[in-house]
Amino acid sequence: MGDMVVVRKEGLYCVPGDFYIDPWRPVDRAVITHAHGDHARWGHRHYLASDASVNILKSRLGADINIDGLAYGERIVHNGVAISLHPAGHVLGSAQVRMEHEGEIWVASGDYKVEPDKTCAPFEAVRCHTFITESTFGLPIYRWDPQQEVFDDINRWWRRNADEGRTSVLYAYAFGKAQRVLSGLDTSIGPIVCHGAVEPLNRVYREGGVELPHTQLVSETGKDEMKRALVLAPPSAAGSTWTRRFGDYSDAFASGWMLLRGARRRRGVDRGFVLSDHADWPGLLGAIEATGAQQVVVTHGSIPVMVRWLCQIGLDAKAFDTEYGDEDDEATGSATPEEGEAKKEEAKDA
Amino acid sequence: MREFAQLYAELDETTATNRKLEALQNYFEHTAPENAAWAVYFLAGGKPRQAVPTKLLRDAAIEYAGLDEWLYEESHAAVGDTAETIAHILPAPKRHSDVGLAVWMEERIGPLRGADPGFIREKLFEYWDELTWRERFLFVKLIGGGFRVGVSKLLVTRALAAIAAVDAKLIAQRLMGWTDGRVRPTAAGFLQLIAAQSEDEHKLRGGQPYPFFLAHQLQGDPADLGALSDWQVEWKYDGIRAQLVRRGGQNYLWSRGEDLITERFPELAGLTLPEGTVVDGEVLIWTGGDAPAPFADLQKRIGRKTLSNKLLAELPAVLLAYDLLELDGVDLRALPQHERRALLETLVTGVAKPQLRISPLVTADTWEDLGKLRAESRARGVEGMMLKARNAQYGVGRTKDVGTWWKWKIDPYAVDAVLIYAQPGSGRRASLYTDYTFAVWDGEGDARRLVPFAKAYSGLTDAEIRQVDATIRKTTVEKFGPVRSVKPTMVFELGFEGIALSPRHKAGIAVRFPRILRRRDDKPVEEADTLDTLKGLLEGSPDKATESP
Repeated sequence: MGDMVVVRKEGLYCVPGDFYIDPWRPVDRAVITHAHGDHARWGHRHYLASDASVNILKSRLGADINIDGLAYGERIVHNGVAISLHPAGHVLGSAQVRMEHEGEIWVASGDYKVEPDKTCAPFEAVRCHTFITESTFGLPIYRWDPQQEVFDDINRWWRRNADEGRTSVLYAYAFGKAQRVLSGLDTSIGPIVCHGAVEPLNRVYREGGVELPHTQLVSETGKDEMKRALVLAPPSAAGSTWTRRFGDYSDAFASGWMLLRGARRRRGVDRGFVLSDHADWPGLLGAIEATGAQQVVVTHGSIPVMVRWLCQIGLDAKAFDTEYGDEDDEATGSATPEEGEAKKEEAKDA
Repeated sequence: MREFAQLYAELDETTATNRKLEALQNYFEHTAPENAAWAVYFLAGGKPRQAVPTKLLRDAAIEYAGLDEWLYEESHAAVGDTAETIAHILPAPKRHSDVGLAVWMEERIGPLRGADPGFIREKLFEYWDELTWRERFLFVKLIGGGFRVGVSKLLVTRALAAIAAVDAKLIAQRLMGWTDGRVRPTAAGFLQLIAAQSEDEHKLRGGQPYPFFLAHQLQGDPADLGALSDWQVEWKYDGIRAQLVRRGGQNYLWSRGEDLITERFPELAGLTLPEGTVVDGEVLIWTGGDAPAPFADLQKRIGRKTLSNKLLAELPAVLLAYDLLELDGVDLRALPQHERRALLETLVTGVAKPQLRISPLVTADTWEDLGKLRAESRARGVEGMMLKARNAQYGVGRTKDVGTWWKWKIDPYAVDAVLIYAQPGSGRRASLYTDYTFAVWDGEGDARRLVPFAKAYSGLTDAEIRQVDATIRKTTVEKFGPVRSVKPTMVFELGFEGIALSPRHKAGIAVRFPRILRRRDDKPVEEADTLDTLKGLLEGSPDKATESP
């Protein structure tokens, strides 16, 4: 029997089901794991995504897209393939796609994170024969500290800046990371100001039932108040006139890449907070093991390392050459603000 | 280690000078003087010899982490730094200790040097068990000998001056030789460093040199410097900048990197000078004639562990003196340049030894005439000219507050070369392809091929590096370990300072200080320069005279 999912020039293709998963070229039917730009593209005739993803996709791709929502765990059958979506713990609405056909089960996980957080449904291990996994942080150096420790670090940094009358500017991707950071901030320190590119996504999260602290725009914040403020901005705002107006500010970037000094120095920020929406090395291996899959297909990230390691521990591992990771927030190691998705997030503060 | 790790983090985590200064002052005020002494040593650029060979460190870390060697190598390639890689792969610490930096250096790291591998392994495991990842990173850096901190020596000097409430210049003076490594930093030494100014300042100096006065690069037209008569003009030599100190009946030769290099130059160690003399100049190899031997010959001397009589006879060293900083135990640095020069001339004449030559003055009537003389630099075996204000005092470091020295260098050689191999950089440039090998064309017709002749790392902006990096990834032909060979598509203008025949290099020539001047997008690969063009440069090069057989 051939593979249930193969790579075509349009994207990952479910052969018996005749549909695509996160295709990068326009297709008839697309199942979307989550709404980051490299997974959810414009131009498909029909979209299927988790219920929680529907509004985000509409806000990013247009209200007029033809989209169906599916609750986590709900099952539909399409061309003889039973499809269900299961939380991936990456961002609000992110899902793994489970496909069952004639007793064979494949799961395409998109991007995922195994540590639960307050802004999205926690990752769920789904038993399967074949697991399609990302490998963004697929090296043993990548091991995350518990997120509470990172939040404590961020709050300490913010408090010290506030005490010294200095604005804290924290760069975080507008969709997902920014809201996760928000959920961990200590609001007793000062006001939280959001860039115009971040605020619309906060709204989507709140509408999706995620509790976030009060946020405001720069235009709603007094000059003295700004000195105690934490500003959440997309990475594209680094070094811009928008940011420079804060005068003597300290800046930081929240990303898994900040684990390495080189990456932080390339960014040119004062502080790097290691906070990722992707699984770390133990997370990836634990997630793969929990699926019970004998066959693993590795997509974007440290593909050769991951494939070699999985083969070494006795799994049947191979790679799919995809176009994921080019635009996604963290999947670009280049870590430069002028590149990638960041550009699209650029928006002037109203 | 905790305090030092905290200081390191604070220095590493801000780009603002005043915050770095604040962190330094705070540390020096609170830590015990024996720890501060070691911190000064490292912050001022001290580089101890490696206590444990890298391979042993790496193997121990791999074993302790229970990691496959290939996974370690992949990780190292992504991180670009051994200490940082090790810090990130080790399992979580089992306990926490707070042992001071001095104890770490003297009682823990010191005994590892030259110890039995089994003992080293056991100790490394034990120490790793009690350190957080940041402390482990520092610990491995301190062991490995390649420790650098993102702080200038000047800033360290300022911080010490602030807590000692003395002039920063005095601190700079006291700091001379601190990083030499032959003297163990001690609490007493640190307290002396930050003590109030004393009458005995000079006596306390021992064999220490003065802070070197450094020249600025002259970019514009020298005629803008005013009357030529206000300037003392000399040739700019390509040797080792050094101070020869005579105190206590003994000579000390210090390089500009503040390394004591007396033993490497016995002809200068044995030179008899009047007591209390400090001469600033250039160490050169001088085999006779009017021009010094090329730097390559000096390298032959530096590279040797033992100096045979044969080598000393073939490649004799001289100190080309160009300034006098101390005479009869008196600090002359506040005297104007021309007065120091007059005293220097008297001294050199009086000593009358071939190992002590005076740097001749270059005279011309007009700036234009001087420019013509400068054009002869290559034939004279020099890099250009030095312009020293006649009234300049001898300053500290690269400053202009008490007078100015300009270096007026000749333009570098330049050729258009093709990038053929690339390798990732380290540190800030980890996982980006930043180290390149360049080639020029050799042969005709079908036999025409690219021969590598130089490696260069610097000269591109971050944005250019990213573009080149992307092209390298797209045009890779083969990978050998970390090195990629690429399809030749990119031409760069490469600058270099000197060129010499070298049987050790594939192209048969070696260039000195190669660096990228600019990317030549306008130039097709086929039109890059040829090996013949490069060899043609040998004609005008002084190195021609010393071709090896």
